[in-house]
Amino acid sequence: MRIAVIRYNAGNIQSVSYALERLGASFEVTSDPEKIQTADKVIFPGVGEASTTMRFLQEKGLNHLIMSLQQPVLGVCLGMQLLCRFSEENDTTCLGVFPVDVRKFGLNDNLKVPHMGWNSLDKISGWLPAAIQGEFTYFVHSFYVPVNAWTVAETQYGIPFSAAMRKDNFFAVQFHPEKSAQTGEKILQAFLNV
Amino acid sequence: MLTKRIIPCLDIKDGRTVKGINFISLRDAGDPVELAAAYAAQGADELVFLDITATTEDRKTFAKLVKEIAQHVNIPFTVGGGISSVADVGPLLEAGADKVSINSAAVRQPQLIDELAKAFGTQCIVLAVDARKVNNSWMVHTHGGSRPTEHKLFSWAREGQNRGAGEILFTSMDHDGTKSGFAIDPLQKLNELLTIPVIASGGAGNAMHFAEAFMLGKCDAALAASVFHFGEIKIPELKTYLRAANIPIR
Repeated sequence: MRIAVIRYNAGNIQSVSYALERLGASFEVTSDPEKIQTADKVIFPGVGEASTTMRFLQEKGLNHLIMSLQQPVLGVCLGMQLLCRFSEENDTTCLGVFPVDVRKFGLNDNLKVPHMGWNSLDKISGWLPAAIQGEFTYFVHSFYVPVNAWTVAETQYGIPFSAAMRKDNFFAVQFHPEKSAQTGEKILQAFLNV
Repeated sequence: MLTKRIIPCLDIKDGRTVKGINFISLRDAGDPVELAAAYAAQGADELVFLDITATTEDRKTFAKLVKEIAQHVNIPFTVGGGISSVADVGPLLEAGADKVSINSAAVRQPQLIDELAKAFGTQCIVLAVDARKVNNSWMVHTHGGSRPTEHKLFSWAREGQNRGAGEILFTSMDHDGTKSGFAIDPLQKLNELLTIPVIASGGAGNAMHFAEAFMLGKCDAALAASVFHFGEIKIPELKTYLRAANIPIR
């Protein structure tokens, strides 16, 4: 199996690579459309700001490429948010795979933003291993995807939001599996196994 | 539910953890990678590595070490020590660090916080603030606490937040090393004042001190060094204690 990790101006590409190394997976970090297109699986990582990142993807022509992929694709953190339709982060039009909008956490309820740290996963379904119900993963984000028809795991921060989603061949997680200890490894492995 | 974080802090010199670490189970307690992996396995929620050397040559050693840590450790970690420019931070994040902490350079040049937040995002900028009470005011000190400044803790922390810091790491110099508990009053005030997470540091001596920091100080995370390194507080036992006190813990 050949995994392509999409190389772009995201912060956590290195961390995702190391996590795949620890799982013994063979992968290539690349922005070559041909290699991404022909990979068995694609990981779309992301740490950064939505509008800058979308602009970068557009300049490289990666936006159309990502939307057209037929193999399993995993969006991580900002990668998940960019797979949605629109983000309130600098009013950014995103890729639109998931027809939902990304919202900013409110400053009410004395919630600190960013939502940073280990939070639990609830209402696990779909491609995620059932055994991770109630386990903790590491989150760092100020924007969130509301619970929707494609949500496969929820997390609570003031309100419930989408911790993970799936639509067709597109998989997505809001947390950082690459930084989420054994639970994160189980989730990455589950994606490698789909 | 979002949990409170327990963060061991490791001082690094010449690519090694500084002497004084007494971890029975380790083959080489001076090896930061092995120590970090041991803490991660014990349930530490994050790690902080402070480079206490400052020369350019040593900084390269540190970046190499950061890469090794990132390869072997599956939890988030922050690196700091001597960071004074955007150019210092790029290589550390590229090597796999999740966050960087800045301290003296931010006081000298507050614009640095804005620049780093703009370049890398607020989520990876930790503003470390060392303060002690002087004539009834919490005053910020720099250079490992050796130099007093004109900054007051609360206004400086708020300025840091407004400039783009994603977290505040507050060390009470009055409590650091005393093992008499964290500085609860200023923690409370910081947590009322700020909308970003606050990490408490300085004073940890037993499990109850962590419970107080979370329940009374309302902090989001608590950091300690020697009590973990010497095995005086074991992370699994600490977490069991905190869970029993109904504190949300991973």
